[in-house]
Amino acid sequence: MSTAFKQALENGKFVVTSEIGPPKGVNLDPMKHHIELLKDRVDALNVTDNQSSVMRFPSLGGTLNVKELGAEPILQMTCRDRNRLALQADLLFAYSRGVRNVLCLTGDAVPVGDHKQAKAVFDLESVQLLHTVRHLETGKDLGGNDLDGPVEFCAGAIVTPEADPLEPQLLKFEKKIQAGAEFFQTQAIYDLNNFRAFMDFARQFEVKILAGVVLLVSARMARYMNANVPGIFVPDELIAELEAAPKGEALKTGIRIAGRMIRELREEKICDGVHIMAIGKEEVVPDILAAAGM
Amino acid sequence: MKTITRLKDMDKIENSLAGDTGVCIVGCGTCATMCRTGGQEQVAAMKRSLQALGKVVTGTLVVPTACDELSPQAVRDHKHIFEDADAVLAMTCAFGVQTLASTLMRPVIPALDTLFLGKEQAVGSYSEICMQCGECVLEDTAGICPVTACHKGLLNGPCGGTNKGKCEIGNDTDCAWAMIYNRLQAMGRLDRMRKYQPPKNYQAVPKPGKVQIPLQGSEAQ
Repeated sequence: MSTAFKQALENGKFVVTSEIGPPKGVNLDPMKHHIELLKDRVDALNVTDNQSSVMRFPSLGGTLNVKELGAEPILQMTCRDRNRLALQADLLFAYSRGVRNVLCLTGDAVPVGDHKQAKAVFDLESVQLLHTVRHLETGKDLGGNDLDGPVEFCAGAIVTPEADPLEPQLLKFEKKIQAGAEFFQTQAIYDLNNFRAFMDFARQFEVKILAGVVLLVSARMARYMNANVPGIFVPDELIAELEAAPKGEALKTGIRIAGRMIRELREEKICDGVHIMAIGKEEVVPDILAAAGM
Repeated sequence: MKTITRLKDMDKIENSLAGDTGVCIVGCGTCATMCRTGGQEQVAAMKRSLQALGKVVTGTLVVPTACDELSPQAVRDHKHIFEDADAVLAMTCAFGVQTLASTLMRPVIPALDTLFLGKEQAVGSYSEICMQCGECVLEDTAGICPVTACHKGLLNGPCGGTNKGKCEIGNDTDCAWAMIYNRLQAMGRLDRMRKYQPPKNYQAVPKPGKVQIPLQGSEAQ
């Protein structure tokens, strides 16, 4: 079975996905507005799963909203909050409701989130979750029991090209491929030379790579990420560019930077597509694409 | 290796002792003494704190090893100090608390929280070494335990939160997988890390832990 997203990956076009962050609460209108706004501009919408260990409306619920509004969903699944029974059960449910793309993540640590005393599960982790998806496809569950109706998914994972140290990260990237990852979205990248070096390594494998593009909204945000977010490196030139923006125009500059990066990635065929993360500013994703000439 | 303990907040201890006037304090001469949480000095300090709260300290005792079978004997040898006690305050690990509780028909109140089995790296600085998972993987991880030393207990390599060799949770915690990678690489054994580690058997140790290990060698006859 081939999903619309998988077809987009395979037909050689430059794939664009964007992230949808479910709300804290049941007012789904802003999320649905973002889905409506983006659904005809991107190949798939990727719904986050209690991102940054902050409790929210579930990714599974969000992917159903994406589906109902006529777009192609990617279900993000982390291993932090569910054990192997719950993860498998949710995969069965997702499949039954037409959600056929899954992004397998380990998940952020509990202490970075907003329920700091919660018990972290991590019964499985990203590599084992990818294995689990492929195992369910054989018609068996992890307990070795037959499934009455197997599943089939386009499964992906994440990689951090700016991880420090990088070598263990690349080794795990290979393990994810062996476990059945068909596509990767990367942590945010800003330094295209570093990213080219990563792609030189990644190109030896039969997987599709979507570069992570996180919208910069200010020089302060860029500095904050450099200091506090593992695996993100914003070069000084970009920070200077944001700083040089006239008052109130930093967002515009951020959109221009993101658009320029996407254009370069696409025109130079550096990778197979991009995954745009506009964290809270989803309404400007069409502007980013316009700036990229798409 | 020892059991690492930490003194509870005095408010909590006071709350647990509400309604009890006579209190007997028991410390431990082994782990809690080495952790400076239940030795002679800490027991004496606790005595002064309880007296300041208006409690009558009926006696104090630091048993050699609170968790072992000599504790009931030590308690019997000093039974006079327990006679007027409404409660026993145990400055021992939870194992000691349970040993005392099974020996004395008195409420035994823990004064310490039991944190983990570990070692003292520097004065007052303790690290957990083994979580006793029942399914040792150290043969593939260069003798560094990812189940214990990785915040998420990951088995197949580092997560994206690895940051200049440190863990995303902060506190200057080392990334276990950065350390494992470096050691395996230095030993030319990175193939061990390339190996897929399947999901762990979380029932390897029965819960509650109870196991019969057949005798071996001369004892088996």
